[in-house]
Amino acid sequence: MNAEPRILRTQAEDTFAAEYQAARARLPGGPGMAAARDAAFAAFQAAGLPHRRVETWRYTDLRALVRAVPPLAGEAPSDGAEFADPLPGLDRARLVIVDGVYRPELSDLSGLDGVAVQPMAALMEADDPRIGTAFARIDDPMVSLNAALMSGGVAIDVPAGVAIARAIEIAHVTTSAVGAYVRNAVRVGEGASVRIIESHVGRAGSAYQANIVTEASVADRAKVVWAKLQAEGDAALHIGSLAVTIGREANFDHLVLMTGAAIARAQSFVTFAGEQARAGLFGATMIGGKQHADILLSVDHAVPNGSSRERFKAVMDGRADGIFQGRIIVRPGAQKTDARMMTQGLLLSEEATFAAKPELEIFADDVQCAHGATSGEVDEDLLFYLISRGIPKAEAETLLVTAFLAEAIEGLGDEAIGEAFEKVAVDWLARRGNSANGTV
Amino acid sequence: MLKIKNLHASVGDRQILRGVDLEVPTGEVHAIMGPNGSGKSTLSYVLAGRDGYDITEGEILFDGEEILDKPAEERAALGIFLAFQYPLEIPGVATMTFLKAALNAQRKARGEAELTTPDFMRRVKGAAEKLNVTQEMLRRPLNVGFSGGEKKRNEILQMALLEPKLAILDETDSGLDIDALRVVSDGVNALRSPKRSMLVITHYQRLLDHIVPDVVHVMSAGRIVRSGGPELALELEAKGYADYVGAAA
Repeated sequence: MNAEPRILRTQAEDTFAAEYQAARARLPGGPGMAAARDAAFAAFQAAGLPHRRVETWRYTDLRALVRAVPPLAGEAPSDGAEFADPLPGLDRARLVIVDGVYRPELSDLSGLDGVAVQPMAALMEADDPRIGTAFARIDDPMVSLNAALMSGGVAIDVPAGVAIARAIEIAHVTTSAVGAYVRNAVRVGEGASVRIIESHVGRAGSAYQANIVTEASVADRAKVVWAKLQAEGDAALHIGSLAVTIGREANFDHLVLMTGAAIARAQSFVTFAGEQARAGLFGATMIGGKQHADILLSVDHAVPNGSSRERFKAVMDGRADGIFQGRIIVRPGAQKTDARMMTQGLLLSEEATFAAKPELEIFADDVQCAHGATSGEVDEDLLFYLISRGIPKAEAETLLVTAFLAEAIEGLGDEAIGEAFEKVAVDWLARRGNSANGTV
Repeated sequence: MLKIKNLHASVGDRQILRGVDLEVPTGEVHAIMGPNGSGKSTLSYVLAGRDGYDITEGEILFDGEEILDKPAEERAALGIFLAFQYPLEIPGVATMTFLKAALNAQRKARGEAELTTPDFMRRVKGAAEKLNVTQEMLRRPLNVGFSGGEKKRNEILQMALLEPKLAILDETDSGLDIDALRVVSDGVNALRSPKRSMLVITHYQRLLDHIVPDVVHVMSAGRIVRSGGPELALELEAKGYADYVGAAA
């Protein structure tokens, strides 16, 4: 008998293959890039779409969930100006990426003196060897798919010693039912400081697929605040991946807010590469209806004397599914590592679910590591305390849920960005209140 | 002000209130004393409108109006205030934010204009100073990291700001040392008024040395079994509740 295993591909996987074959000649890049794309697509094909037997994807079975594959983004039908500002009132520079392509003419770079901003497509054309290095040790099929199909994005270099006061937003807009594959790179030099906002919006009702991969490095003594707002259109698939390496005595504060998309996955891979570095990693999820939002966090303490704080909060209404998988790895020799991870789910409806899977992998003996996870409904005692003071039930519930999320949002330690993100949470709760009252 | 007639309440299969009759006229301070498990705290929750109790019989009239069908927030706006035995900690909600939300929600429910921020700040500052509630405490999340005494002072601060017609104090003395008890009692006494009634629920007589009631009621097994003047509290302190526990069993 022939023992050769037969590879069964889903229709979606076949469509990806056909799309890649049709597009590979026109995707940006020199010969080195083309070879890297072929290798990446081969890796994607070998693994296929992630499914429930892939441990890191067990709660988000894309093999089952991704039935159709939209065409790859071509020329954008609009400049995205019709989308409302997702963070009104927050002053920041904006680098606008529409349907996977960086658009300098739509961007605002004022206040960024000394910062180099380049279209990622130009780096691809030059076969820049740095592309992909941050993910060299991360084996993930959706990152491989991005590496094969990526069309552009933006590369930001903050030179050593430069402190940028104005926040920089990398604004991703998807205007129609396409597949948008974005690759960004952010490099922050020694002792530099910068605040990055990564936003994701797109057309409501449009079944687009956005796959965004960002490579970042934070050099020694640099200070970075990085806030991601995932507010994609309600029919979208969002796959966002960030890999960041932090150097000696560096500070990295990171918040992921998930509220949009039909199916969303945000994965952050944080590697401690220098001693005495500190990272604050926070998440706030608020979803309803049939939304599915999955956060994967991997924190790799590869060197001694690092400290990290992880606090992830998720609020689920309707029939939504919230997921948090967090893994803290302490490598052999990474002594005096101090890591504490807490994840909490709040269920606003009986049909909503929350899955939390915290993991510690510790290979050093002189460390302090802890994790905790809770899931529950709004506390009736707290609710009654507020109501007994005359605060109506809906308002009391909003106060408690806002407070619950604020603990994660405020962890970022950036007042202006925190306020803007809290407003996103308050607006979400207000919309929820309105629809509960039948006015929407 | 408050008239309770033949009130029966249960949780699940357990009957807790078995026919409470009580009248607190406007401007009077009444104390309810009784052994543990006699239904004192349940009575305070039922008056404040907490969910989870089945009212099987009886009525509660507040200013002549039946309030049993009104939700807790409406009762608060009518002027009923419950000072909790164990005030809750709410991380993420600043004390000041909470006070403003409560005050304005009640004003809105009564059809009054919301307070401006300076007006609100002035009121809080005035009330807080009298109770030794510091600005730092007001900035902190509600009751988080507060000592027992600070929590109780914060309850009385809320009472001072919300200006209820009927204040129910549930075991306000529990967890207080003698100095804290004096500050809290002084705060309560300062709020005594001919227009305001109070219902002071306590297990021990010592609170009533500081907040001297007009009438003392003894509660046992879900009923008021005896009423009298302040001297009744002293008698209970001397003799204990044994007579009443026996009588009810």
